Amino acid sequence: MLKNLLKRRDKSRAAAEGGDSSQAAPESGAQQGGWFQRLKSSLAKTRKQLFSRLSGLLQIGRKIDEELMEEIEEILIQSDVGVETTLRLMDNVRAAVKAKGLGDASELESVLKAEILNLLGEDTPLACVPAESPYTILVLGVNGAGKTTTIGKLASRFRSEGQHVIVAAGDTFRAAAEDQLAIWCERAGAELIRGGEQAEPASVVFDAVHAAQHRDADVLIVDTAGRLHTKKPLMDELAKIGRVMGRAHEGAPHEVLLVIDGTVGQNALIQAKVFNEAVPITGVAVTKLDGTAKGGIVIAVKAEIGAPVKLIGIGERLDDLRDFAAADFVAALFASEGTET
Amino acid sequence: MFESLNERLQSTFKKLRGQGKLTESNISDSLREVRRAFLEADVNYKVTRDFIERIKTRALGQEVMGSLTPELQIARIIGEELTQLMGAEAEKIRIAPSGPTVVMLVGLQGAGKTTVAAKLALKFRKEGRTPLLVAADVYRPAAIRQLQILGEQTETPVFSMGTDVSPVKIAKASVTEALAHGQNCVIVDTAGRLHINEELMGELRGIKDAVNPTEILLVVDAMTGQDAVNVAENFNNDLDIDGVILTKMDGDARGGAALSIRHITDKPIKFISIGEKIEAAALEEFYPERMSSRILGQGDFQTLIEKAEDVFSEDQARELERKLSENKGLDFNDFLTQLEQIRNMGPLDQLVDLIPFKNQLPVKNLKPDESHLNYAKAAIQSMTPEERRDPTLLDRSRKLRIAKGSGTTVNQINTLVNQLRMMNRMLNQQTAMAMPQMGPKLGALPRPKRKAKKPRRRKRRKSR
Ligand SMILES: Nc1nc2c(ncn2[C@@H]2O[C@H](COP(=O)(O)OP(=O)(O)OP(=O)(O)O)[C@@H](O)[C@H]2O)c(=O)[nH]1
Ligand SMILES: Nc1nc2c(ncn2[C@@H]2O[C@H](COP(=O)(O)OP(=O)(O)O)[C@@H](O)[C@H]2O)c(=O)[nH]1
Ligand SMILES: [Mg+2]
Ligand SMILES: [Mg+2]
Repeated sequence: MLKNLLKRRDKSRAAAEGGDSSQAAPESGAQQGGWFQRLKSSLAKTRKQLFSRLSGLLQIGRKIDEELMEEIEEILIQSDVGVETTLRLMDNVRAAVKAKGLGDASELESVLKAEILNLLGEDTPLACVPAESPYTILVLGVNGAGKTTTIGKLASRFRSEGQHVIVAAGDTFRAAAEDQLAIWCERAGAELIRGGEQAEPASVVFDAVHAAQHRDADVLIVDTAGRLHTKKPLMDELAKIGRVMGRAHEGAPHEVLLVIDGTVGQNALIQAKVFNEAVPITGVAVTKLDGTAKGGIVIAVKAEIGAPVKLIGIGERLDDLRDFAAADFVAALFASEGTET
Repeated sequence: MFESLNERLQSTFKKLRGQGKLTESNISDSLREVRRAFLEADVNYKVTRDFIERIKTRALGQEVMGSLTPELQIARIIGEELTQLMGAEAEKIRIAPSGPTVVMLVGLQGAGKTTVAAKLALKFRKEGRTPLLVAADVYRPAAIRQLQILGEQTETPVFSMGTDVSPVKIAKASVTEALAHGQNCVIVDTAGRLHINEELMGELRGIKDAVNPTEILLVVDAMTGQDAVNVAENFNNDLDIDGVILTKMDGDARGGAALSIRHITDKPIKFISIGEKIEAAALEEFYPERMSSRILGQGDFQTLIEKAEDVFSEDQARELERKLSENKGLDFNDFLTQLEQIRNMGPLDQLVDLIPFKNQLPVKNLKPDESHLNYAKAAIQSMTPEERRDPTLLDRSRKLRIAKGSGTTVNQINTLVNQLRMMNRMLNQQTAMAMPQMGPKLGALPRPKRKAKKPRRRKRRKSR
């Protein structure tokens, strides 16, 4: 029965994809109704549909009590927000409930969302047309997080604004990392500076900064090899890349983007902390939010290192990059997939 | 950020002192800490809830056993339950009785499938098999090239048909190819995909139908959070997987996803992958006990308790306890007994690894050294009974005699005397808190009747 329903849905997806805008040219910014809408529709096309878990919980007439609080806690923990941040949030919510004298569950939603938004801070999108030139972006993160893909998407976005983009192949370690990046650059229409396998990453990056200066590039994006924060020599290598950039061009890197896999759990917190010590992070990109994971850990990451979330990845195509919008993120946090409604 | 569970349990157990039984009310704080440790290790919320329920049921009404403090008792219950949940021992990968063994690797994007494929190829080759790597990822840019490079590195042939042929066809053709060339293992590297992508999940079912794999293994990043169960459930429902490989274990993620997946799918974890470098040794068998300890943030706690219990006789323990309580200090006879016990516990380096709190011992560079044990033993055996009982008797001429008699040096005797002194000093300081005794070079010796202190996460191997 269920299988049939799924199949039917599959067909309707195929029909929908024929004429819908998802294959359209790269879009930039938080546009077209925001990514949550896009997420909703793209999910609806697969197996699941989104509904808010909160709307079920926070119905008019229900009392605000400990049981309700625990159910909310459960949602937060299941979204990878983490115990500590969840407890902190719930303390704030309790305080607000008390201060405002709230009693009905239906009044809780706005309080809860406001508290999370408060932790996430203001939306600070990445400028599409940077003030500096060349504007240098260093991209880092653990293995398989989505750095190279995000760079491809980002390059495409700058290109669509008419910017001249150079990308540096700073991952000289992983097999075929350069080739992967080369394909993305081709798709995006960006120039690639490569040093060859086993080249010293810092020297590739150094050359790339010079190339960017001499060729009048508007944007330089630097890819780095994925590395676990526990590996001291590799973290030192990263710090060196940061220093080399600064030496080659004053003020560089202007943006240090930490890429976090949206499916990651509590380990992301210590990752962010250690990466931030190697090169101070200015922004975070969360990837793979087209899955069922919520990426709630970025709330804790924001609290820990202070750097705002700036971008999100919602797929593997060139245009699957969005500006982070905290309100959408919070809505998605409480969204759930129902197989059938 | 993570305090170890054990550290946090210490405080909650205070109220258990002097009570004869574990009850719902006196263990509730402790269970809350356990729950928190689980959630911080990324064990799924629901799995955690079930688990705490089970521990509670088991712990309730238990006598507080004479030989174990309440926290050790709970640690033991948790350890046993965890181990049971994760399977008692590693389940090996199956080899097809006839025809080529086909291993199909599946998982989310960036999980580590391609890396595992190469490591597996190397492992097969070391075992005398002839693997064929199959490039069935036609989506990720340069995925085929990545596998080809890894194939060169491991001297394993790579089968590919470019990116324009469907993965189902590629997989099918690869088995024919393996048969034609007498290759007896086929390792299919598939593209990463989301578990909710119906179309791509359908493709995997197609591959499965086409090649009838001996093993379908789900590759999971050890850093995965709460969503791990959704992922595993979906892959398992669609493909009926045979097992799981946990990757990036060279990091410090607790890996609670492992527990969750095991609980939800009941499929064994077959390997852990450690490091980006392609080495056969970097694909390790999975040890459930080690994983439990890692999730809890302890050393191999459970093993330690058991080992300690095995080697200490009740009498020895009681005698030791008596000496400590009388503030008498240990002599060389005790020292010798301990040396022998250490010996009985197995190879020294393994043992030191088991000590959860070794990194917080006041002595640095705790290097296990078998030869040290040997000379210490020889020296003590060359002492007279009086000298063993009263080390203050040891003047220069006696030391010379002992050194000669045991083939050691006066320096070594001095070291030994110092070790005993330090050990006693520490014991005095710690009697209330009962620190495990130790000599600086001998390694710590766990004591079964005392509370273990300050555990630490095991250091993972570093490699790249
Ligand atoms: N579904 C989905 N997949 C993504 C997203 N971003 C990246 N990926 C996939 O995740 C995998 C890893 O992405 P990469 O961009 O190679 O990640 P990386 O951090 O450069 O990896 P390394 O360089 O190997 O450390 C690839 O298969 C990507 O296609 C996303 O937003 N959604
Ligand atoms: N540190 C570490 N990195 C790993 C491990 N396994 C894979 N990786 C890295 O994780 C990233 C994704 O791995 P890959 O094998 O391409 O994953 P796939 O997308 O599932 O095929 C690459 O950068 C690998 O080098 C591991 O055990 N430890
Ligand atoms: Mg990369
Ligand atoms: Mg791959």
